[in-house]
Amino acid sequence: MSETQNNGGSPMTMIQALRSAMDVMLERDDNVVVFGEDVGYFGGVFRCTDGLQAKYGKQRVFDAPISESGIAGAAIGMAAYGLRPVAEIQFADYIYPAYDQIVSEAARLRYRSGGMFTSPLVFRTPCGGGIYGGQTHSQSPEAIFAHVAGLRTVMPSNPYDAKGLLIASIENDDPVIFLEPKRLYNGPFDGHHDRPVVAWSKHADNLVPEGYYSVPLDKAAIVREGKAVTILTYGTTVWVAQAAAEDAGIDAEVIDLRSLWPLDLDAITESVKKTGRCIVLHEATRTCGFGAELVALVQEHCFYHLQAPVERVTGWDTPYPHAQEWDYFPGPARVIEALQRVLED
Amino acid sequence: MTTSQNPAATEPLRLHVPEPSARPGQATDFSYLQLSPAGSVDKPALDVPASQTAPLTSQLIRVLDDNGDAVGPWAADIDDAVLLRAMHAMLKTRAFDARMLIAQRQKKTSFYIQCLGEEAIAVGQTLALQDGDMQFPTYRQQGILITKEVSLVDMMCQILSNAADPLKGRQLPIMYSYKDAGFFSISGNLTTQYIQAVGWAMASAIKGDTKIATAWVGDGATAEGDFHAALVFAHVYRAPVILNVVNNQWAISTFQAIAGGENTTFAARGAAYGIPSLRVDGNDLLAVYAASRWAAERARSNLGSTMIEWVTYRAGPHSTSDDPSKYRPADDAQHFPLGDPIDRLKQHLVKRGLWSDEQHEKVRAELDAEVSRALKEAETHGLLGSDNRPGAADMFNDVYKELPEHLRRQRQQLGV
Repeated sequence: MSETQNNGGSPMTMIQALRSAMDVMLERDDNVVVFGEDVGYFGGVFRCTDGLQAKYGKQRVFDAPISESGIAGAAIGMAAYGLRPVAEIQFADYIYPAYDQIVSEAARLRYRSGGMFTSPLVFRTPCGGGIYGGQTHSQSPEAIFAHVAGLRTVMPSNPYDAKGLLIASIENDDPVIFLEPKRLYNGPFDGHHDRPVVAWSKHADNLVPEGYYSVPLDKAAIVREGKAVTILTYGTTVWVAQAAAEDAGIDAEVIDLRSLWPLDLDAITESVKKTGRCIVLHEATRTCGFGAELVALVQEHCFYHLQAPVERVTGWDTPYPHAQEWDYFPGPARVIEALQRVLED
Repeated sequence: MTTSQNPAATEPLRLHVPEPSARPGQATDFSYLQLSPAGSVDKPALDVPASQTAPLTSQLIRVLDDNGDAVGPWAADIDDAVLLRAMHAMLKTRAFDARMLIAQRQKKTSFYIQCLGEEAIAVGQTLALQDGDMQFPTYRQQGILITKEVSLVDMMCQILSNAADPLKGRQLPIMYSYKDAGFFSISGNLTTQYIQAVGWAMASAIKGDTKIATAWVGDGATAEGDFHAALVFAHVYRAPVILNVVNNQWAISTFQAIAGGENTTFAARGAAYGIPSLRVDGNDLLAVYAASRWAAERARSNLGSTMIEWVTYRAGPHSTSDDPSKYRPADDAQHFPLGDPIDRLKQHLVKRGLWSDEQHEKVRAELDAEVSRALKEAETHGLLGSDNRPGAADMFNDVYKELPEHLRRQRQQLGV
């Protein structure tokens, strides 16, 4: 956790922290608007926008038709006008109809217009598995956004970062894909699905300042210091990585990337040069997943410090299954196996 | 015989694939266009419900008759000065296109797209708008820029991708961007701008502004999903936007029937979404101006969007990479029943004593000279592929607001 996290504030879930970020920014900047499917009156299917319409009115917070390309395209037009839209796609699994608008338009508008038009907007979207969401409520599509020049891709792993990173994303003048691990909405989850889940209210690190603050983009966080091996990860698997290290008694350093792209290369190389060993951990499928880029960067920048091949622990190269949830999700057991392999070399 | 009384039930199913009435060597039957006589279509009240515009979507609003007279309810309300400006802009657009076509053949640029025969639409609508309004054009509305008197040299530098290119060599020729002229950055991806225009208009409404947006799309690109999204959003939020469909009958080699135009009109789609919709003669400058003004007033009065189908004909090739003689009759444009927009306005202006054959030729010659001078000047800044081109270092800028670390490294790697 960031040191600032214990500087006071109120206990919040990730949902409440995200809601608070939008509340703060709606208050601070008249150009911020929030919209998406079920986002207005109802307050969102995950409650992330609860009460915002009542507080700021329908001109600022409103419901949208079920059209992801429409939501994305309208947001780009609004941003080109000068607003700062925060548009929600109900599930990351449903962002594909908006892909043309995001890739061909939002990402390239500044470049292709020589800086004349810009798209300072945020697409918030719940992602990740571990909730028996099956094929279309569990996906982690970060790699297809990290691959796109002109986009920023961000994913928080706790309430404090969720609020600070979302505020930073809304203030940023580049288009941001803000992925929210829905498995972490109500409490941290370390992959031990057979144990009762701890709510954020019962978690030590749940204090979030009420007002304005931000967590810088492009900066990773070391969430667990260690000397034996580096685990590069983000989102839900930040908690899995920590649990695995504890369970196995391995002195692993866990880095929460927070900003996937552009990323904090210095934090990565510093850690791997120190430990000489590295594993990459994510929920997304393996082939051409974001982990491949991380492995390549580590190989390129830390080759002479590496004492073992870099391992990847990821989702399998299959669509996300329902019944086989825990065979698919990269839990602590699989992480420990990888850690042991890397440490044996 | 024991067959059923329904003969269709005895036949195997057959896939229907629409065809144009004529291919190379034949003559097009233009009766599918559903033309109305000039002056015969009503001009509804600004607050007309969409359902009441449904009949208009199968008719055709026209002001200029075959004699060049302005007739009917859409005829009034246009200043002589506006008409003369329109004529000037249309002639200049055509002169620009002609010169750029030659420049492409001379390999001074890689690519060009003319709007031959469609000049009245972009020019007429632009004259009906106000400064501050934002147009979301396709690649065939260069008439907007000419009407707004954007520097020809500037436009040509973009086409030549030279050192003075305002888009720094990053964009394919003709994909202009002119914020100050209310001309949104053109994208190669079709129809994306249609819903963006609606979003821009929603933003103007959210801020309590008085500016409106215009959205542009061709007949072929109406088949894209973003067209549907734009109509839904425009209707739901009553966005102050004019939704233009330029039906030039062709999408590259594909006749408009393949886009869904057979036995219907594109304007009819707008009315079905609850958007008041018009179908207008796109080669009749007076009709273009009047319909655009009506739609702009509706938008500015908080009455929401209007869809307008402009019926016209793509007289030239799709682009400099296209050869229309491979898929349609060579003389098709000459038989198009709505004629040529410049000829028709000229006839009208001459009849009203505002214009003459001599003036026409004189202005045309002047504009040709102006365009040629502009090209000479643009060429002093370099041609495509010359050493006088935007620097390689600029390739890395504007991807993000600030240059991120990985792009700084890549720029270094290239040694620039």
